[in-house]
Amino acid sequence: MIDGLLTVQTAAAEPAGDYWSMLFVFVLATFIGLGVIRRVSRLLYTPLMSLTNAISAIAVVGSIAVTGAEYPAAIRVLGGIALFASMTNIVSGFLITDRMLKMFKKQ
Amino acid sequence: MTYAVAQAAAILATALFIFSLYWMNDPKTARHAVVAGVSGMLVAVLATWFQPEIVHHGWIVLAIVAGFVVGVPLSLVPLTAVPQRTALSHAFGGLAAGLVGAAEYFLGLTEHPAQLTAFRMSAIVAEVILGFLTFTGSLMAAGKLQEVKWIPQRPVTYPGQNVVNIGVLVVAVALGVVVVMHPAAAWSARVFYGIVGLAVLFGVLLIIPIGGADMPTVISILNSYAGLSAVAMGFVLNNKLLVTAGALDGSSGLILSIIMCRAMNRSFTNVLFGAFGTVQKTVAVGEQKAWKQETVEGAAQLLEQASLVVVIPGYGMAVAQAQHKVRELYDQLTKRGITVKFAIHPVAGRMPGHMNVLLAEANIPYTALVEMEEINPDMPQCDVALVIGANDVVNPAARYAKGSPIYGMPIIDADKAKTVLAIKRSKNPGFAGIDNELYVQDNTWMLFGDAKAVIGDLVKQLASGSGIH
Repeated sequence: MIDGLLTVQTAAAEPAGDYWSMLFVFVLATFIGLGVIRRVSRLLYTPLMSLTNAISAIAVVGSIAVTGAEYPAAIRVLGGIALFASMTNIVSGFLITDRMLKMFKKQ
Repeated sequence: MTYAVAQAAAILATALFIFSLYWMNDPKTARHAVVAGVSGMLVAVLATWFQPEIVHHGWIVLAIVAGFVVGVPLSLVPLTAVPQRTALSHAFGGLAAGLVGAAEYFLGLTEHPAQLTAFRMSAIVAEVILGFLTFTGSLMAAGKLQEVKWIPQRPVTYPGQNVVNIGVLVVAVALGVVVVMHPAAAWSARVFYGIVGLAVLFGVLLIIPIGGADMPTVISILNSYAGLSAVAMGFVLNNKLLVTAGALDGSSGLILSIIMCRAMNRSFTNVLFGAFGTVQKTVAVGEQKAWKQETVEGAAQLLEQASLVVVIPGYGMAVAQAQHKVRELYDQLTKRGITVKFAIHPVAGRMPGHMNVLLAEANIPYTALVEMEEINPDMPQCDVALVIGANDVVNPAARYAKGSPIYGMPIIDADKAKTVLAIKRSKNPGFAGIDNELYVQDNTWMLFGDAKAVIGDLVKQLASGSGIH
């Protein structure tokens, strides 16, 4: 069973600590997120959604890494499309958030 | 050295993102949020771009330019189209995650099979499933919101729908487990394609039974999925910034989904697996009473004599693009010393906060926008409740009609106002297919017609009669 061998090998190669620290970061960030978002003004839920959209387009970082590295062209194409999609979200997300927030006036 | 720079940039960007969300707690500081968000993004992008592994720059520049070319017009859509735009951006976010996940898998498969560890492979599978189901689900949602012709607007339901939906997801996850256990077998790539295909299909199936009134909840859930797919990408690429930013987005979507579900008195599973269309038409409200129609002159008079007017806007106001006329009406009334408040139900419109943005666009000060919980105690003192294109959020049946699909949903107590004026486009019931007894109450007067036209007439009437008063 070649597959079986492979799994055993790779399992041994995993530096387990790293994954735990990633999970740790994820849990903490979620709690911070819940705490901060709970305080967001209810007036601003629509701009909040476009803002978090733009922020989660941080996927742009992963897309750049895939697009710009020394990888086969087919893989870089996938990265390039992902980069385009993320960049669209960043640009339109931040711009429309600002456009909406400008409209909220006290008087 | 470059490693340290990248890590420091990630910490700085995370801090800026948290500040960005923090500043959204008040409309006064909210515009700082955009500055912080943009700065964080800039730091993150530059720090990644200047890493030594990045050797090809042409495609990166090209994709960024293309992102601007598409992104700028997308940010200029009319505010009534913001729900569609939001759904579309969730689709883009899901697509990006799905594609990067696929790229990482095939990279591992062809170049370094040893890197496809069980943990990494699980993250890739999660990223691909979440990414692609968010992609097609959000595209469907955007299509429904935009009223694209070949996507049915009405909820589409069939017997066994839930079994089919859950079945598709279960098979996708099961195939995922197979690939995690055998990431580099001769047939693994085909199984991987199968996972992608099922995730794409599941996204479509998930949204087919959803109707317009459920959109605020569904958009929030898709928001959460888009964030989680970014988190999964962070696990795959071992990148903590992706994990934190994705988690912030995911928790935002989660909180909004919970608020939307509560505002409809429904559970997540009920929204996703219990299409509204199936529970229609179980209640017949007593004997049929007749509407009482009011003229524009009469309505204007009622408004003029009021001292507190509460406007209750709904999706009908957005459809009719009536918000600017509403502002004129607001001016006419406040000029006379009448207090005008806007009662905003959390699920009014097609996405969270939709009404607030439309009214703010029409220059109505946000201090006049009041939440449901805050306005309800004041409703008995309200002289005129003016309902504009809202229906289910003011239906008293929600309080007691156990068989009704909206039973238990918190509503704005329009019926407790001294007089109710309701502007409605047609005499048909709302989306849930149930009658609204508010409209046949003794103190309710109906104004039939397009909201924009009716309010325009009211404004004209008030403007011409202002000398008499």
